[in-house]
Amino acid sequence: MAIARNDSSPLFAAGATSTLRLIVYLAAGVALMVADHRGRYLETVRQYLHLAIEPVYRIAAMPADAARSLRLAVSDRQALTQENQRLREALLLTQARLNRLGAVAEQNTRLKELLEVQHSLGMGVQLAKLIDVVLDPSRQRIMLDAGANQGITVGQAVLDAYGVMGQISEVLPTTSSAILITDRSHAVPVTIERTGLRTIAYGNGTTDQLEVPNIPVSADVKAGDKLVTSGLGGGFPAGFPVGVIDSVSADASGMFAAALARPAAALERSGDVLLLRPLAEPVGPPAPAASGGPPVDTSPPPVPAAPPAGGAR
Amino acid sequence: MNRQRANLWLFVASLVLACLLQLMPLPELLLPFKPYWLGLVVIYWALEEPERLGLGRAFLFGLVGDVLQGDLLGDQALRLAALAFVVLRFRSRLRFFPMWQQALAVLALLVNDRVVSVMVRAFSGDPMPTAAFWYAPFAGMLAWPWVFLLIDDVRARLRTHES
Repeated sequence: MAIARNDSSPLFAAGATSTLRLIVYLAAGVALMVADHRGRYLETVRQYLHLAIEPVYRIAAMPADAARSLRLAVSDRQALTQENQRLREALLLTQARLNRLGAVAEQNTRLKELLEVQHSLGMGVQLAKLIDVVLDPSRQRIMLDAGANQGITVGQAVLDAYGVMGQISEVLPTTSSAILITDRSHAVPVTIERTGLRTIAYGNGTTDQLEVPNIPVSADVKAGDKLVTSGLGGGFPAGFPVGVIDSVSADASGMFAAALARPAAALERSGDVLLLRPLAEPVGPPAPAASGGPPVDTSPPPVPAAPPAGGAR
Repeated sequence: MNRQRANLWLFVASLVLACLLQLMPLPELLLPFKPYWLGLVVIYWALEEPERLGLGRAFLFGLVGDVLQGDLLGDQALRLAALAFVVLRFRSRLRFFPMWQQALAVLALLVNDRVVSVMVRAFSGDPMPTAAFWYAPFAGMLAWPWVFLLIDDVRARLRTHES
């Protein structure tokens, strides 16, 4: 047996791949997974390794950025060529100028919309940009370029100009990742704006659909109804648009209706997002006043008379 | 010695490239068809230079993948160790397969990898994946000949360049 193991003929070189080693590694893998599932150690590891990890993300995002700018350049040229055919030479310059103006105006309105959200909220808000990497295609996650150094904390709501996008799920020093409302494991407490019915919208893993199951059959819900956050549960403040109901149908059991909704936020198009700071409680009992009177404990408390040690009973 | 070093560079570069490809964004439509690049590169090195990539390195490489992708720590490590084990076991047979047969074997390996992944998800309480989850092994099968030929060609060039 030992001789066979030492024989390094390639056809029988099974020594390096003994089943025992596989079992050891599998056990190590399982142990790591259990430990991580219980204690979320991976996030700590990622915290320590962020200097090494973040450049990798940036590099991985590079080809997509380049492709996008290339596509943008090419489509601009195509548009200009078509205009060239349609218009006289004299109009060309004006047209190009107008195009650029249009782009700037569009950007302006978009930024204004963002600003308006920021003003109408009257609460702490900060802007962040998306980093274009895919962490895991089966989960709907996005990376943002703001992290713990910018004051981001886990659980902050992520919005764009049109509605709720998701919430921060993990924070590294200069980046953070957010889970979108369309992720399969995400749920938002919502109310239907027209009727005030409270329910919950679940993601179903596609970027353009939300599921609203378990609506009572008698409830008044129809396509076109707007869903806004209800503020219950405390994750999202109340009143932000979440989506619009697309269709309502009976679910499999026939006991409830189930609706499909379209997210209000531009989940696939947004480049800038807003992060809501967690709300500080503005009303509530005043903070306990600092001791205004004379200090209490300068005079020693009166010592109670010690009972006689060996008192007769 | 120098050739050894060039080969080592190729080894490291292929692993780094696989990590970057794994993270690279794709259009929504193509996303389910993204091959498991880390798996393909591990299969290649286990097949061609088992002294360079044993179970331990596959496991370590999987840990790197876990840290980068931010899933459960140990998930990919376990899957890649299992993958490398199967490849090393059947290495002497796999190496002499014609290319199409090898690609089919790679398909089987990647499907097996997906099955392990589903088991891990089931145990950690994640939602079950959709049908699109199973497209990737087929894309991996189609990508395999190109990965194989590319790395093989670069290795052959390094060899002739040295001699």
